[in-house]
Amino acid sequence: MKVVCFVEAGDDLSAQAVGFARSLGEVRAVAFDGAYQPAAWAKTLAAQDADAIVAAGSDRGNELLAHVGALVGQPVAANVTAIAGDVVTRQRWGGSLLEEARLHGSPQLLTVAPHTQPAAELGEVETLLAEDDGSPKVLERIEESSGGISLRDAKVVVSGGRGVGSAEGFAIIEELAGLLGGAVGCSRVVTSAGWRPHTDQVGQTGTKISADLYVACGISGATQHIAGAKGAKRILAINSDPEAPILAVADYAVLGDLHEIVPAISTELRRVSG
Amino acid sequence: MRILVCVKRVPITGGKMVLTADAQALETKHLGFTISPHEECAVEEAVRIVEAAGGEVVVLTLGPGEAEEQLRDCLAIGADRGILLETAGEDWDAQATAAAIVEAVRGETEAFDLLLFGNESADAGGYQVGIRVAHALGLPVVTGLKKIEPGEARVRCERDVGGARDVYEAPLPAVLTVLEGLNLPRYPSVPGRLRAKQKPLARTPVSPAGAQLEKLRLSVPAGQGKEAEILGEGAAAAPRVVALLQELGVA
Repeated sequence: MKVVCFVEAGDDLSAQAVGFARSLGEVRAVAFDGAYQPAAWAKTLAAQDADAIVAAGSDRGNELLAHVGALVGQPVAANVTAIAGDVVTRQRWGGSLLEEARLHGSPQLLTVAPHTQPAAELGEVETLLAEDDGSPKVLERIEESSGGISLRDAKVVVSGGRGVGSAEGFAIIEELAGLLGGAVGCSRVVTSAGWRPHTDQVGQTGTKISADLYVACGISGATQHIAGAKGAKRILAINSDPEAPILAVADYAVLGDLHEIVPAISTELRRVSG
Repeated sequence: MRILVCVKRVPITGGKMVLTADAQALETKHLGFTISPHEECAVEEAVRIVEAAGGEVVVLTLGPGEAEEQLRDCLAIGADRGILLETAGEDWDAQATAAAIVEAVRGETEAFDLLLFGNESADAGGYQVGIRVAHALGLPVVTGLKKIEPGEARVRCERDVGGARDVYEAPLPAVLTVLEGLNLPRYPSVPGRLRAKQKPLARTPVSPAGAQLEKLRLSVPAGQGKEAEILGEGAAAAPRVVALLQELGVA
């Protein structure tokens, strides 16, 4: 089986996608130079001689494969975790649910769900040419002034939910995050209430974190939240409700009022670091 | 400016995924419904653009008859009229969904300047309906947007790319797919809800083509239902928490 795999240099997800693609057949890893132009790049991808076209389940990977699918009139399976013949297993609900589906037609078009496969060496990467067809492309990149530690890459994330109670209530969350050198996160309830900006939101429609430790304070643990938090190696829940769904995905829990517990942890941290 | 916003009715899933006995769907007996979060922002953005520049916001969904509820919610926050492409309640794949939307758009007497979609639906997460519609209509498309600035003939857009923003431009008419965080959607007011009941809503029955990405069955992934180690209760647990933080190498 001839497999074409779109990759981006230095991208973990591309390395995972290539590994998955090799389980399908002989892989040509391909990339593009120049400004990102999804519709034009997809035209070149669609013209490759391939039985399957694969990319990472990243923003660009999912976008490019959707263009390829539209161009060749074939279905696309996004965020696939396994494949056997023409039956794929793919993620729904940000990974909270799995779907087995038959992927009809050829070439098979699919993206690989992030962090479900080991990374592989990219090997030799062929650079393809895409002609500028006038479709939308990246005109300019504006770098953000780095305001502290990014949520996505933070080693520790201390996060607050409805239980925090107000925008001002986040002072104790910020304090603990600061002492641990971590980032502040929050649940969707919090951003919808306007207590924190959307950039702080952990979840299916917010940021998917990959911290060593996630501290969830006053967060019940809706599935859409867990979809963003489950990339953390360990979860510590601080919650007054022993029946809260977050306890079914947490490794550790402290029961009680976060307004007493969180400051007590900060005080204890200061004491031991003397 | 005439804007079409496409939305999808999805259950509010809460804390646990429970499937129907035949593993074909989520058990929704005890669940409420909403639209995908990205789409809430798409509707809000469309309403803001038309409030500022004039025009019309049309909101479209493909789904069961009950999806009228979601269209009325959108009308309550300021959309002008609704189109319900009414199914028998079964799942449609992305290709069939896009084809039905394209047909509805072609059936409109006046063209749209902007067609807004969520970047991906909350449930199926296929990441492709907006892009497929754009190709079928021969329109430019930009996806994953957290900022949209429509001008007279062009729209400038920004997409977050981990610590930076990529800037795109597209000529109008264009298809744009957006992300939550684009804006903070308003809640419907009581007068808004009353007005929504009077706004026009057209129902058109549709039947699906054979699914090319054919759902066979659903399953809940392993890893839920673990037993958290209780470190203690209240402020008294702080020393044990700090010991754990040290053990994990984060303090």
